[in-house]
Amino acid sequence: MTAQLPGWKSLPPGAVITRPGSTVEYKTHDWRTLRPVIDQERCIRCRLCWLYCPEGTIIELDKPYTTKAGRKYTRTYEINYDYCKGCGICAQECPAKAIKMIEEVR
Amino acid sequence: MAGKKKLPLSGNTAIAYAAKAADVDVISAYPITPQTTIVEKLAEFVANGELNAEVIHVESEHSALSAAVGASAAGARVFTASSSQGIALMYEIMFIASSMRLPIVMAMATRALSAPINIWNDHGDFMAASDTGWVMMMAHTNQEAHDDVILAYKIAEHPDVLLPVITAIDGYFMSHTIEPVEPIEREEALKFIPKKVTWRVLDPDNPVTMGPLGTPEWYYEFKRQQHEAMKKAREVFDEATKEFEKTFGRNYEPVEYFMMDDAEYALVAMGSVAGNVKAYIVREARKRGIKLGLIRVKLFRPFPAEEIAEVISNLKAVGVIDRALAFGSSYGGPLYGDTLSAAYIRGIDTPIVNFVAGLGGRPVTFHDIKTMVDATLALDGKTRKDVPKEPYFIGVRE
Amino acid sequence: MSTKPKIPTIWDIPREELFAPGHRMCQGCGAAILMRHITKALGKDAIIVEATGCVEVTTTVYPQTAWKHPWLHIAFENAAAGASGVEAAIKALKRKGVIPKDKKVKVVAIGGDGGTFDIGLQALSGMLERGHNVLYIVYDNEAYMNTGIQRSGATPYKAWTTTTPVGKVWRGEWRPKKDIMGIVLAHRVPYAATVNPAYITDLYMKVRKAVEIEGPTFIHAFSPCTPGWRIDPALTVTVARLAVQTGVWINYEVENGEFRVTTPVSRRKPVRDYLKLQGRFRHLTEEEIAEIQRMVDEEVERINRLVGKTVIGPVVK
Ligand SMILES: Cc1ncc(C[n+]2csc(CCOP(=O)(O)OP(=O)(O)O)c2C)c(N)n1
Ligand code: SF4
Ligand code: SF4
Ligand code: SF4
Ligand SMILES: [Mg+2]
Repeated sequence: MTAQLPGWKSLPPGAVITRPGSTVEYKTHDWRTLRPVIDQERCIRCRLCWLYCPEGTIIELDKPYTTKAGRKYTRTYEINYDYCKGCGICAQECPAKAIKMIEEVR
Repeated sequence: MAGKKKLPLSGNTAIAYAAKAADVDVISAYPITPQTTIVEKLAEFVANGELNAEVIHVESEHSALSAAVGASAAGARVFTASSSQGIALMYEIMFIASSMRLPIVMAMATRALSAPINIWNDHGDFMAASDTGWVMMMAHTNQEAHDDVILAYKIAEHPDVLLPVITAIDGYFMSHTIEPVEPIEREEALKFIPKKVTWRVLDPDNPVTMGPLGTPEWYYEFKRQQHEAMKKAREVFDEATKEFEKTFGRNYEPVEYFMMDDAEYALVAMGSVAGNVKAYIVREARKRGIKLGLIRVKLFRPFPAEEIAEVISNLKAVGVIDRALAFGSSYGGPLYGDTLSAAYIRGIDTPIVNFVAGLGGRPVTFHDIKTMVDATLALDGKTRKDVPKEPYFIGVRE
Repeated sequence: MSTKPKIPTIWDIPREELFAPGHRMCQGCGAAILMRHITKALGKDAIIVEATGCVEVTTTVYPQTAWKHPWLHIAFENAAAGASGVEAAIKALKRKGVIPKDKKVKVVAIGGDGGTFDIGLQALSGMLERGHNVLYIVYDNEAYMNTGIQRSGATPYKAWTTTTPVGKVWRGEWRPKKDIMGIVLAHRVPYAATVNPAYITDLYMKVRKAVEIEGPTFIHAFSPCTPGWRIDPALTVTVARLAVQTGVWINYEVENGEFRVTTPVSRRKPVRDYLKLQGRFRHLTEEEIAEIQRMVDEEVERINRLVGKTVIGPVVK
């Protein structure tokens, strides 16, 4: 396990981490047993799921979307499943009931 | 640089003058006898505008060192000072300061550890710090105490070292005793130790994370680095003292040898008791034809094992004076432990005996030194197998 | 006089994340929500000093960090002291011209309830009393979570923890929560506030304010903990909201001595609604719930008296 890791001679002193935000390298998707799925048709773009997600893994995109009923939105909320731990807060808080927690199949 | 003005300074004041000359940016310390007058003097310098520094009036020594770590991590040249219970309260953060590789300098006016509470001098506090990963020096004169602070920053901030440094003096015997000292001026000090941040610092424009969690895959490598940094500290000490001599005309070695050229016997000691031993050698031993010398350990961490073993190898018998006790250890006094292993690990057969003396400010008298010398001489012709397995407790009532 | 900045709306919260995913905080961790929005509100010109605890260990597993701010952890009880040192260094280095005088840097200390109410209280008091320009934020999950849910001075009355277990003799914690805001306010700090992760715009406004105000400022953040409180991870925000709706938690701020409730509640829900979602209160009897209700009523009354009118209304079933 440790043989491939850098040795003491090449590590910076004092265990300083010089790469801010580098936990992005560590994917937490396998913590998940349930997967949130956003129904873009039902979503009213209220931002609450984005607000409350503990992982910050709901992404707010300036991506226009038009519903079948013709309602136009300038933004879209999408889930980056790399980090979603499947807590279900987004589904719980969604006022439009647009997020469903479905069983994760791997 | 000879012929410069000397001032009558106590050990503590001499240290404060040096911190001023080093233009420290942050002073974070808590009062404790016998260290207190160091920070009082520094406060006076800052109050009078003679030193441009932030003084943090922390509410404990734990916070004193924690704030020092914070300030150093933010790129400041930091100074602190403490003694005894203060060192004990700092203990947790001492390991962290060295492991985070922050070049903090701490002056220590050594004092006995409680209980019973005792404000007088021994090396209990100093020795308690001996495995915390700090470079450790102990001075023997007030001039040396002054110079050590300047040397300390030179060593601490060296990019190959980046370790905190303790510069110690004996409480009262030195901290409150006045001697003539030639202070180094700010300008010449800063030529010797320019203000240059050689370590990673906290800066929003270049954010780093300091003090992370080290799992078993990583922790050990950082400890191995600290071991190496200590070895580097020795190299840098040698370079720094050479440059110091060239600049300021005063020479320091990791070990001071007194009348060792022709010596057959020696006492090993640290701090002010070395002065008593020197006086004894000159006034008594040598007059009686005893070829006795003194090995004074100045640099305690990293321990100058090589030179101590070398000098011991030529002697008939050696006595080590400890002013602290390592309770329950296989040796007795901590300085003895280091001296023994330095010699015996190198196969040297000289008998080395341990004396524990002067605990809690108990004076170490001429008579005590005579007792120690006699016990050392009694090992003449013996080998290490014949050494008493228990230290001699000198000056204690039975 | 309290400054009344424009109350932010949800759309004022910056999109940019300053707290990266990939951290190891539990599913549904309330502190994770707090950290996301605290870092957003701080903006990038801040240095964070963190106490040992859940947030610290889960976000900085070497060689990776979730933080995009300069960040320092020293030990458990000394975030306030470490932050004092950082702030003093910046002050000295600015005065000496090493750091540009106009460079904006706010020092922020973050600690858990254990690191703040208990072991770090002395360092906190020192920092507040000395007047350092530091914002101290405590995320209060009401126990020592990092070491496995032991009680702290912040653990509420009757809560189960691993060191206040429910047995034949003990019924969970037997002391009410320590009044940390009272302790902080006794230091006459220019600004102190409580925040709750269900009310992010309120939190955002208060962190912004606390950053702008010179001197020591303090924020007490409610922080639901899924394993520690034995709650369904999906209910973290629900439980946080219920704490406010029942009066168990009151969002307020004290600016230069002026007290203001920022989330008025006209009709309170019974505390039972809050307690019943949490396994740590599962053992409570009707009498015990009634006792807790009385305690909350008293606190609500005290707050209303302080404000001089009814900002938190009566319980309406
Ligand atoms: C001096 C010291 N004592 C004890 C510990 C062990 N310890 C680490 S974190 C912690 C509890 C932290 O509790 P809190 O501050 O509430 O933060 P939380 O983990 O709940 O987020 C304890 C007891 C320590 N690291 N240092
Ligand atoms: S389930 Fe939890 S982690 Fe996943 S997107 Fe929703 S709130 Fe975020
Ligand atoms: S909470 Fe629901 S409605 Fe609101 S943005 Fe998210 S998915 Fe859309
Ligand atoms: S134990 Fe509680 S506070 Fe700690 S990470 Fe998990 S949910 Fe968050
Ligand atoms: Mg806690």
